[in-house]
Amino acid sequence: MFHWLEQRPFFFAVGVFLTVSFAGLIEILPNFAEQARPTVGTKPYSGLELAGRHVYIEDSCNACHSQLIRPFKNETDRYGMYSLSGEYAYDRPFLWGSKRTGPDLMRVGNYRTTDWHENHMFEPTSVVPGSIMPAYKHMFSKVADLETAYAEMVTVNKVFNVPYNQPITMKDGSTETVKLAETFDEARADMLAEAKLIAADMKNQDVKDAVERGEIPQIVALIAYLNSLK
Amino acid sequence: MGNQNPLAYDYTVAKLFLFTTVLFGIIGMTVGVLIAFQMAFPELNYLFGEYATFSRLRPIHTNGVAFGFTVSGIFASWYYVGQRVLKVSMAESKFLMTVGKLHFAVYVLTILLAVVTLFMGITTSKEYSELEWPLDLLVVVFWVLWGVSIFGLIGIRRERTLYISIWYYIAAFLAVAMLFLFNNMAVPTAIVSGHGDWFHSVSWYAGTNDALVQWWFGHNAVAFVFTTPIVAMIYYFLPKESGQAVYSYKLSLLSFWGLMFVYLWAGGHHLIYSTVPDWMQTMGSVFSVVLILPSWGSAINMLLTMKGEWQQLQTNPLIKFMVLGSTFYMLSTLEGPIQAIKSVNALAHFTDWIPGHVHDGTLGWVGFMVIAAMYHMTPRLFKKELYSKSLMETQFWLQTTGIVLYFSSMWIAGITQGMMWRATDEFGNLSYSFIDTVVVLHPYYTIRAIGGLLYLVGIFIWAYNLYKTIKVGRDLSDKEINVNASPMSAN
Ligand code: HEC
Ligand code: HEM
Repeated sequence: MFHWLEQRPFFFAVGVFLTVSFAGLIEILPNFAEQARPTVGTKPYSGLELAGRHVYIEDSCNACHSQLIRPFKNETDRYGMYSLSGEYAYDRPFLWGSKRTGPDLMRVGNYRTTDWHENHMFEPTSVVPGSIMPAYKHMFSKVADLETAYAEMVTVNKVFNVPYNQPITMKDGSTETVKLAETFDEARADMLAEAKLIAADMKNQDVKDAVERGEIPQIVALIAYLNSLK
Repeated sequence: MGNQNPLAYDYTVAKLFLFTTVLFGIIGMTVGVLIAFQMAFPELNYLFGEYATFSRLRPIHTNGVAFGFTVSGIFASWYYVGQRVLKVSMAESKFLMTVGKLHFAVYVLTILLAVVTLFMGITTSKEYSELEWPLDLLVVVFWVLWGVSIFGLIGIRRERTLYISIWYYIAAFLAVAMLFLFNNMAVPTAIVSGHGDWFHSVSWYAGTNDALVQWWFGHNAVAFVFTTPIVAMIYYFLPKESGQAVYSYKLSLLSFWGLMFVYLWAGGHHLIYSTVPDWMQTMGSVFSVVLILPSWGSAINMLLTMKGEWQQLQTNPLIKFMVLGSTFYMLSTLEGPIQAIKSVNALAHFTDWIPGHVHDGTLGWVGFMVIAAMYHMTPRLFKKELYSKSLMETQFWLQTTGIVLYFSSMWIAGITQGMMWRATDEFGNLSYSFIDTVVVLHPYYTIRAIGGLLYLVGIFIWAYNLYKTIKVGRDLSDKEINVNASPMSAN
């Protein structure tokens, strides 16, 4: 049979293809519906948080940081409750990472604050001596791309039914709604309002001035995202 | 057409890809050495503003060596080996020649755009799938062109039976096509919303599903870029260079079909103790161990091909590269399954042991095979004698030392890190803060960087040796080149 195949490239290729796709069919397809359901208390990202997530991706923080807490005591002691599948329901793409040169950030919003991040992102060693994390000073002047963040909100809402403008049940039984504005101008105003709250806790004057002018430096968006990781 | 001497092979396209193999090898590995030094000396992050931080450069390294260096090497070898084992020349078909040149042009364009966009921070963040959708479309174009080239050449072949190498090239082509398409499914946001950057997109899959598809892809990118086509190379170049027939046809069959069936199941080993369903993690773990069989099957088949001819190891540096390459292949395909065992994975995952494992495969196996293949091809492409055997020897020993430094330092680093993260004192409290586990790794990061530097010096020697061969190597155009051992100058 193999000799026969080796003289017939077409059937050979079909044979290879079937053998190779077999695992994918069985492993991947059946799980899709099951896995996508959000856990109670998981809400979609706000515009500013999403802009911050884009900064996180632009600078590949995932090259050194994971966002996946495994169910071991030492990990839950260090980082908090282990991860649940539904907590990632709105993560496109997922950002689990594959290496912890730095600590896990899945729940960093529970134990680090805006001013801590401000100092740390500007000069990590000033907060944690011996750190090998790069300083990200450019984020204090480079402006976040709000429009692309808005574009993504609109897209996931339209295409994947991500529940913006709908009440979402939180863990304590209350409900919260994440707003998706009708127009970009309105969305921009919302993001700016959110940014002002964060800038109020920061001390870098250039950042504060920029936000006053109506621009949002990347660092503000990034901190909004890091604070949302809980 | 069709009346030419079938042995007058046309190597135009092979030469082009040979050139990019060397070029992207130098670029990708220089970046690799730089990021390795950055982990030991973080001041090196600020050489070039926001563009030279570790996190921007890392994807350039991985894409540069995988899709630049390795894939160029694969294509170069295809445009050489394909004609020879199918007994047909590219010159016999104008169409295939055009496809080949177009294939090269689109490929180079894609890689150059990839470098630029990654520097700018335009990335999807998915490992080995970082490129945004417009570039993905270009990848599809050059991949399809490669497919046309493969099946086109097969279509006009004179040798009816497909040689083992061809099986592996076909498998690489098909599997990468399937994996790549599924993993890169994304919706361009500007098209749907009319806002924002036109090249931005959002993944079709969310969270755990995205992770599942990503590692089904990611692991098999390793299988079908770093394994299958490299096996294709060794099945051709080792028997050729040594003048020995492949040890066992049955073993080739078993290894090939075994590899095809088993590899795809093993992706789950990247997700052990994550939020994907348990049974998948277990499958990933179990199949990873089974994977030793077909992997070692090929490697042993290659080593036994040298049976009775081991003295060639002393006389021919190319045989050295290939035999040590197979040995590193065995090492990494034993190490991988060990890391996939759940309890070992609990310790090893997220640590530096993983990049350690990656590099005994990529430096020892992929790197050595590509180096050897290009050394074997160059005298035949350019009708020149290889410039210097002693430089090859020097390169071999420098690089071997580099690899050993790389993986041994990362073994120690990884296990140290893993143990320190989980260590607790007598009251059950964590013994170390995270930064303790960072600072302790400094010496190992330094050793790794030095090892990498040695390997890189070897790459420069290789480039120099090939360059000199083409420029000033003894001319062999009026002689019949020895079908086996490559002609090389003794100095
Ligand atoms: C070269 C690897 C590296 C990169 C890239 C990197 N980090 Fe880090 N990060 C570290 C290390 C090491 C630490 C631990 C020492 C410290 O706190 O500085 C750390 C710590 C942190 C912490 C503190 C977490 C805690 O629990 O104390 C945060 C937050 C953080 N990084 C965010 C980021 C963000 C955001 C980015 C991307 C812009 C980033 N890091 C990129 C290595 C890195
Ligand atoms: C000069 C030699 C090289 C050096 C010094 C080097 C160095 C590095 C470094 C420092 C990293 C990042 C590790 C980390 O994030 O902790 C890395 C990652 C990687 N390198 Fe290399 N590299 C070299 C050659 C290669 C080659 C030739 C290949 C492939 C053909 C390769 C493939 C990869 C891959 C796939 C990763 C990602 C690993 C992972 O995610 O675990 N490297 N390399």
